[in-house]
Amino acid sequence: MADTPLTDSGIRRDGRARAMAERPNEAGLRRDGMLERLRLYGLSSPAILLILVILVLPVGWLFYVSFIGADGSFSLENYERMIKSKSYTRIFMTTFQVSFLTTGLCILIGYPLAYFISQLPPRLANLCLITVLLPFWTSLLVRTYAWLVLLQKTGLINTWAISLGLWDEPLKLVHNMTGTLIGMVHIMLPFLILPVYGAMRAIDRDFMKAAANLGATPKRAFWTVFFPLTTPGLFAGSLMVFILCLGFFVTPAVLGGGKVIMVSMKIVSNIELFVNWGAASALGVVLLVLTVAILWIASRFLRLEQIAGGGH
Amino acid sequence: MKLKMTLTVAASLLATTALAQDKTVTIASWGGSFQEAQSKALFEPASEATGVEVKQETYGGMADVRLQVSTGAVTFDIVASGSGSAARAGAEGLLEPLDYDVIDVSNFYPNLYSEYCVGGDVFSTVYAWNTDTYGEDGPQSWADFWDVEKFPGSRAYRNSVAGALEPALMADGVPPEEVYEVLSSEEGIDRAIDKIRELRPHIAVFWSSGAQQAQLMKDGEVDMTTGWNGRFDNAAKDGGHVMYSFNQALLDYDCFAVPKGAPNKDVAMEFLGEISKPEYQDDLPKYITYGPTNKAAYDTGEITAEVAAGLPSSPDNAAMQLPISLEWYAEWEIVAAEKYAEMLTE
Repeated sequence: MADTPLTDSGIRRDGRARAMAERPNEAGLRRDGMLERLRLYGLSSPAILLILVILVLPVGWLFYVSFIGADGSFSLENYERMIKSKSYTRIFMTTFQVSFLTTGLCILIGYPLAYFISQLPPRLANLCLITVLLPFWTSLLVRTYAWLVLLQKTGLINTWAISLGLWDEPLKLVHNMTGTLIGMVHIMLPFLILPVYGAMRAIDRDFMKAAANLGATPKRAFWTVFFPLTTPGLFAGSLMVFILCLGFFVTPAVLGGGKVIMVSMKIVSNIELFVNWGAASALGVVLLVLTVAILWIASRFLRLEQIAGGGH
Repeated sequence: MKLKMTLTVAASLLATTALAQDKTVTIASWGGSFQEAQSKALFEPASEATGVEVKQETYGGMADVRLQVSTGAVTFDIVASGSGSAARAGAEGLLEPLDYDVIDVSNFYPNLYSEYCVGGDVFSTVYAWNTDTYGEDGPQSWADFWDVEKFPGSRAYRNSVAGALEPALMADGVPPEEVYEVLSSEEGIDRAIDKIRELRPHIAVFWSSGAQQAQLMKDGEVDMTTGWNGRFDNAAKDGGHVMYSFNQALLDYDCFAVPKGAPNKDVAMEFLGEISKPEYQDDLPKYITYGPTNKAAYDTGEITAEVAAGLPSSPDNAAMQLPISLEWYAEWEIVAAEKYAEMLTE
C-alpha cells in the first residue's frame, strides 16, 4: 500500500497542496492556528499541573506503596494475601454486586421519574428538579443514619406497617443487603436523574410528532425514537452511579450491619490491623484497575466522549 | 474545660521560657469524655504534685505513632492506647520499653501491664441482654449466649477479631484458664470461628463501635450483644432496658505507652509512675465507669463499696473474668483476623 499514491492521506495531501497554491495566506492561517493552540496549552497548564500533583503523583505513589511489604522492602505479599484468602474475592464480588444492583435500581426508578419531569412545563420541572437535588444539601452521614432510624426493627416503617396491619412481624429491612441498597439508591438517584433529564430535554419534540404522523403508536415512537436518543445520558448517569458506588463506605458500613463488606471497608480495617499502608494500597490498586477495565469495556460499546456529554 | 486546657498550655509555655530546665510531657489520648476523665483524675493532679507541665493532645491511635516514629519526628511523650494495639506496636518496635524501676506495679493486677505499656483503666467485654426480652435473669455464661433454644432472639457480635474468639471457646466448653492455650494454634482458632459460624444465622448485626453497641440495645434492635460494660451502663442510664454480667467476661485494659524516641522519655517514665499510684487511680471512677488497674486504689476509701461492685476491676468482679492475653494478640491476631474476615464474608 505504501507505494501507491492513491491512499486517502495521499489524496488529502495532494488537495492541501493545491489549496495552498490557490490561497496564498494559508501559511499565515496555519501559524495563527498553531499560536492559538499554544496559547490554549498555556492556559490549561495550571489545570494539567494540578491534575499531575493531586492525581497522577498520588496514584503513582499508591502503586509504589502497594509493593512494599511489612518489613519495608519490595514484596508482592500484599497481592499474594488477596489471592490466598477467599474473603478478598468475596469482598470484591460484594462490591460489584452492590454497585450493579444500585445502578439497576437507580435506572428503574430514575428513568421514569426523569421522563415525567421532562414532560412537565419548565417552571414545574424546575421545582421538581430542586426536590431531586434537595438531598444533596444534607450530609450523607445524616441521610444514612436517618434510614437506620426509619428501617430498624422498632423503626417508623415497621411500627406503622404493623399498626396498619400490613405485616405482623417486623421485617428485616436494615443491617443487611436490603438496607444497604435502599440507602445507596436514595443517595445515588440524583446522579442518574440529572444526566438523563438533560438528554431528554435536548430532544426536539417535533421528532415525536413526526413519528406519530408517520403512524407510530406512542409506545413505538417512544422505543424507536425517544429512548435511543436518551441512551447517552442514561449511560453517563449509570456509569457515574456505578463508579461512585464502588468506593462507597459510610452507607454499607452503617446499614449493612457488618454483613455487607465492601472494598473501602476492608481498606480501613487493613490499615487498623496491619498498621501498614501497603496492605491497604494494594486493595486500592486492584479496585482502580478493575474500574478502569470496566470503563474500557464500556468504551468499546459506546463512545466515551458521548458519555461525557460531548459530540452529538 | 477547653479554656482551662488553653490556660495550662499557655502557662506551660510561659514556664518553659522562664525555666528552661522545667520538666514537661506531651500526652496524647482520644479526647471526649474519656480524656476528660483521665485529665481530671490523673493528669492534672499529678502535674500539680510533681511540677511536671502536661501538654495534652488528641490523636488517632497507633497509626499516628507509627507515622511519627518512621519519619523521626516524635512529638508525643505518652500515648493512651488500647492494650492490644499497644502490644502490636511494641512488637513492631514503635515503643520504648517501660522502666518498671520507676513505675511501681507491685500492686497491679497481673496481666494489666507489659513490657511496653502500663494499664490506666480496666474495662470488660461482656454479654448484655435486653431485659424486656429475657427479664433480669438473662444469660449467665457464654454457653447461654450461644443457646438459642433457651434464649431465642437475635444477637449482635463484634465485626473484628479482638475479643471475639475467647467467648466462642468458652461457649464450646473450654475452661477460661485454658482458652489462650487452645487458641495458640490454627486448629484452635478454627474451632472458635466454627463456633461463631454455628451462631451466625442468629447474629443480626456485627457491630463496629462502642456507640453502636449501646444504640442496638437501646433501640431493641437485637436481644443480646457483646460489648464494653461502660457503654451498657450509659445505655441503661439513658433509659435503655439493658443488663450485663461480669461472669466469664474478658478483662481488658487501656494503657499508656511511650513512643520510641519520645523527646522527654525520662520525664514520661516518672510521670507514668506518678499516675499509676492508687491516690490518682481511685478518682477515675468518679468520671467514667472504668476501674483502676492498681489494686491498692480500692483500699484508699475513695471508692465506695457500691461503686466498686460495678467496676470491672473490683476484686469480686475481676475474679470471675478472663484477663486478655496481649502475648496471644501480638502473636496470633493477624492470622486470626484473616480467618475471621473469611467467616464474616461467607
